[in-house]
Amino acid sequence: MESASRHLEAQIRWRRLETVFWLCTLLPFVAAPAYLQLASQIAITALFALSLDLILGYAGIVSLGHAAYFGVGAYTAGLLAKHGWGEPLSGLLISGILAGLTGYATSHIIVRFRHLALIMLTLGLGLLLYEAANSASWLTGGADGLQGVRIRPLLEMFRFDLYGSTAYAYSLVVLFACFLISRRIIHSPFGLALRGIRENALRMPAIGAPSRAHLRKVYSIAAILAGVAGALLAQTTETVSLEVLSFGRSADVLVILILGGAGRLYGGLLGAILYMVARDQFSGMNPQYWYFWIGLLLVAVVMFLPNGILGGLAKFLQRST
Amino acid sequence: MVAQDIDLVLPQGVRYALIGPNGAGKTTLINLITGMLRPDAGEIVLGEEDITALRPDTRVKRGLARTFQINTLFPRLTALESVALAVLEREGHSETWWKPLPAYRGAIDEAHAILHSLNLEKASYRLTRELAYGQQRLLEIALALATRPRVLLLDEPAAGVPKDESAELFAAISGLSRDLTILFIEHDMDVVFRFASRIIVMVSGRILAQGTPQEIGADPQVREVYLGKGRHG
Repeated sequence: MESASRHLEAQIRWRRLETVFWLCTLLPFVAAPAYLQLASQIAITALFALSLDLILGYAGIVSLGHAAYFGVGAYTAGLLAKHGWGEPLSGLLISGILAGLTGYATSHIIVRFRHLALIMLTLGLGLLLYEAANSASWLTGGADGLQGVRIRPLLEMFRFDLYGSTAYAYSLVVLFACFLISRRIIHSPFGLALRGIRENALRMPAIGAPSRAHLRKVYSIAAILAGVAGALLAQTTETVSLEVLSFGRSADVLVILILGGAGRLYGGLLGAILYMVARDQFSGMNPQYWYFWIGLLLVAVVMFLPNGILGGLAKFLQRST
Repeated sequence: MVAQDIDLVLPQGVRYALIGPNGAGKTTLINLITGMLRPDAGEIVLGEEDITALRPDTRVKRGLARTFQINTLFPRLTALESVALAVLEREGHSETWWKPLPAYRGAIDEAHAILHSLNLEKASYRLTRELAYGQQRLLEIALALATRPRVLLLDEPAAGVPKDESAELFAAISGLSRDLTILFIEHDMDVVFRFASRIIVMVSGRILAQGTPQEIGADPQVREVYLGKGRHG
């Protein structure tokens, strides 16, 4: 009996490799100060992918419209700052809450569907919000983007400078905090229930589990995290373009998560690093065709590493020890 | 598959066998009782309470559990995680997201004890999909037991299990608490007559007969319509 709890404890304990990973995220400050803006974008994308991992990797909700919540967060933070509320932390909080409320409202429809219908539904919701923002140009600036976003210094001390050191530090700290929360969630009874839904949605009611209530909850949490990521982007770049709500962003984050490995927390982070660095490099060489390489990478990973790069790594390490 | 004009009372502690040819509506009846299908008419009462309008998961919370004819498990959860999931759900902890699993030692120990009682202790830490088929059948029952049912509906618990193992499986079932009402669907008449205290015969969506094994064995109608034609329909 004693061993049962200990076995579960061993599964969730903080590993040395995790410490190494998070220490490495500090490297850009010293090793690549010219790339801090990129590093900040990566941290934001990683947070967005992490939020998708909660619903896709753990609860099995496939979404092609996750940018909706990212966009709501971005526009909320941008509009707040444009109209005088430039304090970043409270702006971040408000944006997260608003995105979460949007997520909660839409979750009532989302949880009723699965498979293809679900994919189409999320896609439709995403397109809906995109065009709504596009036509409401008096509010969002439409296709020209939201101008005049002024963010106050972080904690009234650190200005968002051109090099992006504040931006990266800020994004990284928020990412780390959200990661810790996500980690907490997936190792809780609620997280186990989510995995149960992913593994067999039919069985859940037969063990007394209200699956839909669980799904609504995780969907709202994921929307909060996506909104926070969007708000980070708006605040650190001091602009919001329609792109934050675009289908491309929804598709990219899905690709990032699948590449990295869904259902492993670190998959989205690793995927974001690879994807963003690859885009930076490839698009420098050949701006028109860089999706060719992403396409190639995606095909290769799905064919040979069905659990993503991280899944492949884990298997390799398992075999070699 | 249809079921109609069903009038059935399951007193506490009785072990029922539900028999009938394929397509007689046995699984449909279980789906109706557990709420996975909605009846067009009629009512389902558990204890004193009318549960006809309740959702399947709410019925489970009231003490009505089932297993499935085809393994309906959690392939990438360990056996222990699967059973703990059901225990945590029953205890109302499944909404909690800020406390780690190992903090629920009581629930985990209980899950472990359920696995132990079904001889699945060795399988505790293995992924469900890696378990032997017979172990998976037992895990089906373990999951249902973790909900602490008053009424347990077993849809062909020994489906696909070799005959010698199926006797073992039914021995485990008959070893369960005597307070528990059990209804099981089974095609093997040796098993039915050995483990059931009462038998219900369904044919074409209706209950043809019910009674003790002796009564059913002697019922000329049953012999003609069902037993005489061969067991597996």
